[in-house]
Amino acid sequence: MKARVHIMLKNGVLDPQGEAVRHALGSLGFDGVNGVRQGKVIELDLTETDADRARESVTAMCEKLLANTVIESYSVEIA
Amino acid sequence: MHAAVIVFPGSNCDRDLAVAFERAGARVSMVWHKDTELPAGVDLIAVPGGFSFGDYLRCGAIAANSPICRSVVAHARKGGHVLGICNGFQVLTETGLLPGALLRNARLKYVCKPVHLQVTTAESVYTRGFDAGQVITVPVAHHDGNYHCGDETLARLRGEDRIAFRYVDNPNGSVDHIAGILSENRRVLGMMPHPERMAEPAHGGTDGASMFTGLVDALVAA
Repeated sequence: MKARVHIMLKNGVLDPQGEAVRHALGSLGFDGVNGVRQGKVIELDLTETDADRARESVTAMCEKLLANTVIESYSVEIA
Repeated sequence: MHAAVIVFPGSNCDRDLAVAFERAGARVSMVWHKDTELPAGVDLIAVPGGFSFGDYLRCGAIAANSPICRSVVAHARKGGHVLGICNGFQVLTETGLLPGALLRNARLKYVCKPVHLQVTTAESVYTRGFDAGQVITVPVAHHDGNYHCGDETLARLRGEDRIAFRYVDNPNGSVDHIAGILSENRRVLGMMPHPERMAEPAHGGTDGASMFTGLVDALVAA
């Protein structure tokens, strides 16, 4: 089964890349963009077939390696 | 004094660090990241600068989970000394040995230049060779050196005199101009600037050398 992990900088943590993208959009004439936050998506192809166990295992992966919970939050989608 | 320098794929300051320790009188062992054991009788472990594992995922994240890092963490938890410079600082925050994290530089640019640092505390084996308040010049070379931590952690770092170095002119947006911090027991130091690259006259300055001579003197005496 597949899992998709979304990782974002936590609210309150400065995202200079998102800010640079926001400025670039403004200079291209896209008005009305109040804020941009940039994150990452990690897709995992798992041998696990049970959704609950897959979620538990991917959550452990996030805590251990995929996200740095000091600065990032994550969410897990199982499909 | 016996120092171990950890080498990851992508480390590029490992030999500079070894030379700085050797010039200060230390014996140095290079330790490959796949090793699981540290050499016997190591007094200090140094985690060098560079781009371990290509900075994939997050700077330092993959190195922090390498086999040797389990031994590095165990060494620190037993009260051993660990020094992390640049990428080494990022690795130490990723292992949880030091609080906070290093974010992308606020102005998004890779910054590579000599900077002035204020030695904020002389109360550690790393900074005992300096005077508190002394301003030294050492280079920085990083893209992700913007130190970040929560308000509570910052208050603790300040209250416990654990900010080792501050930038005089903040090059990367670090909170409170922090360039280097100490662990609670003051035996783990992480810093973004490179004292090993300003440690002999050919480097254009020797301000960084006092860290290595101070360390060797302190750890030989211990």
